[in-house]
Amino acid sequence: MALLSLQGISKSFGGLRAVQELSIEVERGAIVSLIGPNGAGKSTVFNLITGIYRPTSGEILFGGRRLNGLKPNAVAGTGIMRTFQNIRLFAFMTVLENVMVGRHVRMHAKLWDGGLHTPFGKREEAATAETARELLKYVGLDAYESEWARNLPYGMQRKLEIARALAAEPALLLLDEPAAGANPTEKHRLMELVRAIRDRGVTVFLIEHDMKLVMGISDYVHVLDYGEKIAEGTPESVRRNPRVIEAYLGKGA
Amino acid sequence: MPGAVSRSTALGGRLTGRQSALLGALIFALLLFPLIDRNASHVSAVADAGYFVLLVFGLNIVVGFAGLLDLGYAAFFAIGAYTYAMVASAQFNLHFNFWPMLVVSACVAALFGVILGAPTLRLRGDYLAIVTLGFGEIVPQIFLNLDKYSGGPNGISAVDQPVLFGHAFGFDPIPYYYVYVVAVGLCVILLNNLRHSRIGRAWMAIREDELAAQHMGINATTTKLLAFAMGASFAGLAGVIYAAKLTLISPDEFNFSVSVTVLAAIVLGGMGSLLGALLGGVLLSLLNFLVLPQATNWVHSLGFALHANFLLGLDFTNYRFMIYGLILVLVMLFRPEGLIPSAARRAELHAAEIAGPAAAQAAQTEYGESGSP
Repeated sequence: MALLSLQGISKSFGGLRAVQELSIEVERGAIVSLIGPNGAGKSTVFNLITGIYRPTSGEILFGGRRLNGLKPNAVAGTGIMRTFQNIRLFAFMTVLENVMVGRHVRMHAKLWDGGLHTPFGKREEAATAETARELLKYVGLDAYESEWARNLPYGMQRKLEIARALAAEPALLLLDEPAAGANPTEKHRLMELVRAIRDRGVTVFLIEHDMKLVMGISDYVHVLDYGEKIAEGTPESVRRNPRVIEAYLGKGA
Repeated sequence: MPGAVSRSTALGGRLTGRQSALLGALIFALLLFPLIDRNASHVSAVADAGYFVLLVFGLNIVVGFAGLLDLGYAAFFAIGAYTYAMVASAQFNLHFNFWPMLVVSACVAALFGVILGAPTLRLRGDYLAIVTLGFGEIVPQIFLNLDKYSGGPNGISAVDQPVLFGHAFGFDPIPYYYVYVVAVGLCVILLNNLRHSRIGRAWMAIREDELAAQHMGINATTTKLLAFAMGASFAGLAGVIYAAKLTLISPDEFNFSVSVTVLAAIVLGGMGSLLGALLGGVLLSLLNFLVLPQATNWVHSLGFALHANFLLGLDFTNYRFMIYGLILVLVMLFRPEGLIPSAARRAELHAAEIAGPAAAQAAQTEYGESGSP
């Protein structure tokens, strides 16, 4: 069974139908991409999965569990972590602290463990810092752990967001345009990172605006336009699909 | 450069040699102070700084750590003080022991922190400030009007004074002074531990970006309520010692000006910083309890000596709020981040100067000019 399964979900904002009857299956261990022109409703799909919005209709199942109506923190608890299209780091916390916050759901220290420095609290805190440092090394930010998150250059902030999401050891990672705003070399490197993350055993569901970029790494691609799925398939088949070409380049192209 | 300075530590994690020497000297001075200065009114004034510092610490959790602007904080101080006064006076002929009541009152205040915090959870910024301001006004009004239980406008008098190992504290300020020193010391340790813990980070994450924090699995509801409860418990603790030392409490001691003064101390010291809260609290309360009354005395003596009647009419304590205001304006002008700011505050207000050379360099080498966010 698919790890994540969207079954005919729709979302309307007043009269605007942002997502219509969308069904997507994300298989365990795959890199699945959701592409489409600006304003196609891609981010809305992520917001539906993570509980910012409630679907107007349809079912969201994750590992067989229904996610409809769960709050974002509960969704995170089920093993789904995400990054944001417009980076949302904790600006005035250090790089290390950002990643440690990402591990929140894997930690169990209560108020008193922290306040009174109980042996359990100390041990868990040390282990968390250790894991966070390993992750920073993994994404190449280990030299900046005491820096404010907001002081990092843009590309590093993207990587930090990914490290923060990975800290929870999620089963599914939702990446919302991780390469947006990066230059071509940097985009290429980020896609390498995405592949490496998949090889760690994390299933990746990726939103990307740049079609060429996802073709190289995706196992399966869904194309969204005006909230509706217009195509799906392997990167090769999607690339040749006339409806996709039309959506991206306009009629008559 | 990276990793050379840990900027997250306002006070510790690990202290450097110089810092621990300084801290040791400070503790030593605090412990010896009542033995050196035998003037009871001085010791009493410094002891009163203790309750104020506890209030500043508590509010610092809510405002500084979790970023929730609470303008009605004095309500919890009142609840703590009344809780003790009601069960340790002739009011109901109950005489509960002072020491366990420290914990009980802190818990009662924490409970009210949750009760008053719950309706405000969806509010942010200005709206939160206005609702908490309302709660801060309501609570003293309730104590004012519940004559039967709270003694109404007269309050509760002859509150029991603590006894420790058979030694009655009485009206001698010295034992209260040491109670405050221990309480403040324990709170500093507690807060410093919390600052670097799962819950402390959750508070700060909510302050920085509530939505992103929720996506990290942080339950915003319980985390905010925990901040309200924790902050209120400090005020409850302070209220007990305050009531016991003064032996008399009335509703007008817990009005809006208390909340504002505590907030002013946080701003003066540096929002979110422990040492800043300590310094801001000590400075404002010493100004209030020691400097202004003393200055008034001097001016009066001078007036006697010179037969200058206008000097005799001066009372600087009446100008308290004007002086606070002046201090705040000056701080905002010359040091907007406060005296000892948390690193985050400083960075926020001096972002351009502080952005580390490491980051600037990295931006240059790896991303070129387009790298800046």
